[in-house]
Amino acid sequence: MLARLAASRFLEIRQVFRQVKKILSHYPSNYKQSAVIPLLDLAQQQHGGWLPVSAMNASCNILFNKIIEVAPIRVYEVATFYSMFNRSKVGKYHLLVCGTTPCMIRGAREIEDALLKHLGVKRNEVTKDGLFSVGETECMGCCVNAPMITVADYSNGSEGYTYNYYEDITPKRVVEIVELLRKGEKLPPGTQNPGRIKSGPEGGNTTLLSEPKPPPCRDLDAC
Amino acid sequence: MGLGLLASKALKPTASRLLSSQNPRSLLFLSRTVTSTPELQKPEQAAQAQPEPTPDLPPRTPLAGARVHFPNPDDAIEVFVDGYPVKIPKGMTVLQACEVAGVDIPRFCYHSRLSIAGNCRMCLVEVEKSPKPVASCAMPALPGMKIKTDTPIAKKAREGVMEFLLMNHPLDCPICDQGGECDLQDQSMAFGSDRGRFTEMKRSVVDKNLGPLVKTVMTRCIQCTRCVRFATEVAGVQDLGMLGRGSGEEIGTYVEKLMTSELSGNVIDICPVGALTSKPFAFKARNWELKGTETIDVTDAVGSNIRIDSRGPEVMRIIPRLNEDINEEWISDKTRFCYDGLKRQRLNDPMIRGADGRFKPVSWRDALAVVAEIAHQVKPEEIVGVAGQLSDAESMMALKDFLNKLGSNNVWCEKNGMFHDADLRSGYLMNTSISDLEKADVFLLVGTQPRVEAAMVNARIRKTVRATHAKVGYIGPPADFNYDHEHLGTGPQTLKEIAEGRHSFSSALSNAKNPVIIVGAGLFNRKDKDAIFSAVEAIAKSAKAVRPDWNGLNVLLLSAGQAAALDLGLVPESENCLESAKFVYLMGADDVNLENIPKDAFVVYQGHHGDQGVYRANVVLPAAAFSEKEGTYENTEGCTQQTVPAVPTVGDARDDWKIIRALSEVAGVRLPYDTLTAIRSRIKTVAPNLLHVDEREPATFSTSLKPQSNQELSSEPFGTAIENFYMTDSITRASKIMAQCSALLLKK
Ligand code: SF4
Ligand code: FES
Ligand code: FES
Repeated sequence: MLARLAASRFLEIRQVFRQVKKILSHYPSNYKQSAVIPLLDLAQQQHGGWLPVSAMNASCNILFNKIIEVAPIRVYEVATFYSMFNRSKVGKYHLLVCGTTPCMIRGAREIEDALLKHLGVKRNEVTKDGLFSVGETECMGCCVNAPMITVADYSNGSEGYTYNYYEDITPKRVVEIVELLRKGEKLPPGTQNPGRIKSGPEGGNTTLLSEPKPPPCRDLDAC
Repeated sequence: MGLGLLASKALKPTASRLLSSQNPRSLLFLSRTVTSTPELQKPEQAAQAQPEPTPDLPPRTPLAGARVHFPNPDDAIEVFVDGYPVKIPKGMTVLQACEVAGVDIPRFCYHSRLSIAGNCRMCLVEVEKSPKPVASCAMPALPGMKIKTDTPIAKKAREGVMEFLLMNHPLDCPICDQGGECDLQDQSMAFGSDRGRFTEMKRSVVDKNLGPLVKTVMTRCIQCTRCVRFATEVAGVQDLGMLGRGSGEEIGTYVEKLMTSELSGNVIDICPVGALTSKPFAFKARNWELKGTETIDVTDAVGSNIRIDSRGPEVMRIIPRLNEDINEEWISDKTRFCYDGLKRQRLNDPMIRGADGRFKPVSWRDALAVVAEIAHQVKPEEIVGVAGQLSDAESMMALKDFLNKLGSNNVWCEKNGMFHDADLRSGYLMNTSISDLEKADVFLLVGTQPRVEAAMVNARIRKTVRATHAKVGYIGPPADFNYDHEHLGTGPQTLKEIAEGRHSFSSALSNAKNPVIIVGAGLFNRKDKDAIFSAVEAIAKSAKAVRPDWNGLNVLLLSAGQAAALDLGLVPESENCLESAKFVYLMGADDVNLENIPKDAFVVYQGHHGDQGVYRANVVLPAAAFSEKEGTYENTEGCTQQTVPAVPTVGDARDDWKIIRALSEVAGVRLPYDTLTAIRSRIKTVAPNLLHVDEREPATFSTSLKPQSNQELSSEPFGTAIENFYMTDSITRASKIMAQCSALLLKK
């Protein structure tokens, strides 16, 4: 039943096929199997942020076997290997708190606690209204603005899908972000510290304020 | 310090300059170089004096039959393993080089017949000038490499790896079936530490259901991925996979799927730990209690080399033996798990069917007397003998001689049907030989489904297809293949088209360097078999499949007895002899058309199982099964091999040839042999190749192919020779495990 539902949902959206075609066009014909990851990602976006077995079945049977000829188990291996593929239900907004060292030192644990407390859930649980879930992620590469969270927004299907970083957050700010998301407001991603621009220092830049001087050896006349 | 100064006088100027600088560290360095051996202080000179590190080790023998084959003598390189120089071809790995040098490197994930994964790290060795220990299984050996397998670094590395491997391993050897033959157990004894430092909780993994043959205890798995690689590479089924990552990694199938392969049992052998073990053998015995008997398998025509492990009178399990030419080191599930059939439905005593239709046990004397009497009451041409598909050459010889002495020549081996072209051996053997199939580049399979008929031959074809992308064309009913193939058609018409060059596959065949045509023995039973064979020969001719240096025209036989039967000339004299028979001697034959035997015929069934033949029999004579007798078998490629008795016969059963010999005496036509040696010298006069044990006797090459037959090809499509892979003979039909397999794995 579930499988059929997922399969039909997967099929109904004709646009998906256009997207699939586009993804496949990125790979040479003899390496079509490389498209497994983007295709699974697409399936996940279509399916509200997670890959139930039925969605995987559907994608295996419909897409992978026919189009790129990959055995179901190989798809399953990929889907289970990458932690970005969710194998259990997530909320419309999946909040991922970075827990790697720099963020942790800068207070990631408090942020997670604040989130969990505010939403009244445990980690990897979905709120009753199905809107939010909280997960953990490894370093997302913006440690300079630690701590940070990532918000995977599945509320608008694959077309409106965003994966935004919110940086320099505090336990207070993270609750505000949640409330803004709940209201459906778009808030600018990036640093949440009004005193900073992107990853620049608080209070404006202190170095590299003028045009940098070229290194002396470039001045061929001088030597 | 003074010593250091003294020593520095003998050193080169660079060193003295170092000394003259006031750097205390260089002083320290120098003072540490002081030793009493002058060569060490002058490394350059020492190296000149002794250009080669002459090994004081005795020359070593390569490990476990490791063979060095130089495809191109220029490509030989020399490496040093523990100071011992070895010559190896380019492209070998460090681990293989060590094997050639006679050094056994511990390993888990490396398997010579599978691709290299390099994920267990047990094979770490030290290589000079490499900053870290290297995984020898994945590292190609380079010229002049100095490999050290016995240094503290290598030892420490192994010990460390072992500690990690045992971290999440349950250490449940006392309740593990692998205990005693477990790589992990052995290698942790040899290379591991006596204690670990891991104090956390061990992880545990849910067991998977892989079907009725393979039992899983997944917590024991060390993630070597051998089983995954075996399934995808050798068995050709994409069923197993490595799921998850990190400490959550586990072997699994796609959502509770079973493993559907005819070779699945081999994962039991290749799993280095007790994660995958034999389900039927679970908790039955410890391997050190078992007596191993090296013999051969008879469940198909391949003659896989096996070892029967028995305890007392009971066959406990069957495992493969290495034979590069036949089964490499794999066997099919039927071979491995049919053994429980040897314990069920056995015939113990001679029996005579009474007037009430029930069997009554009698003594051998009475049974033989009855049979002999009836045999004399019928006309010689009404006597028919059919040898079963499991019959050995000795008993078939005896049966033929016996019937000949009674005046009849209607004797054949059941799967051969009415095939009576036994004159040319090349007409019924796999002339290419199983191992040479690997040289082929195009296969044409005519009415044969090798996957069910001869799983090991199929594994070879798959290996070839995988390695060289050989093309496979198949004519026959839709069938299961585990490699890419082209289904050309279903019947003789397609064959005709190819023979006449009207088919697109004809060009593939004629462009092939080494084409192979395999004809299924299932076609022996067709009315138009001669026409089929001449069409096949026409194809072979136009594709130049039969040349002095290559014989690509093959017949794939179905059962163990067939080749020897044809060698011995067991062919029926007249086609309809069974319909007009009055006295039928079934020597283990259960698959003949029993309905064709007239109601009033007297049927003697000599065999080991109460199978189909017994239902029709009037007298039953119990015989020994292949695990209980010494017998000669010839496989489909013409290789003669012998079985060796592993367990005693059950009840009052006797060897087949002995029964016939005794019967001949009672019947007054005494056969002139009393021992196996004597009967073998009789065989020598008919088919001397059957005495050359473990040798493949190729068919004498004949350029004159058979004359065109003027028979018409019928339009009836080819049938399947074997409906159920798991149940093909009386032993497998009696086996409960095989019944389970058919029920679970063959359902569509
Ligand atoms: S089950 Fe056995 S063969 Fe497979 S990965 Fe685990 S240890 Fe290796
Ligand atoms: S540690 Fe959090 S983004 Fe790098
Ligand atoms: S045997 Fe080399 S890494 Fe496993």
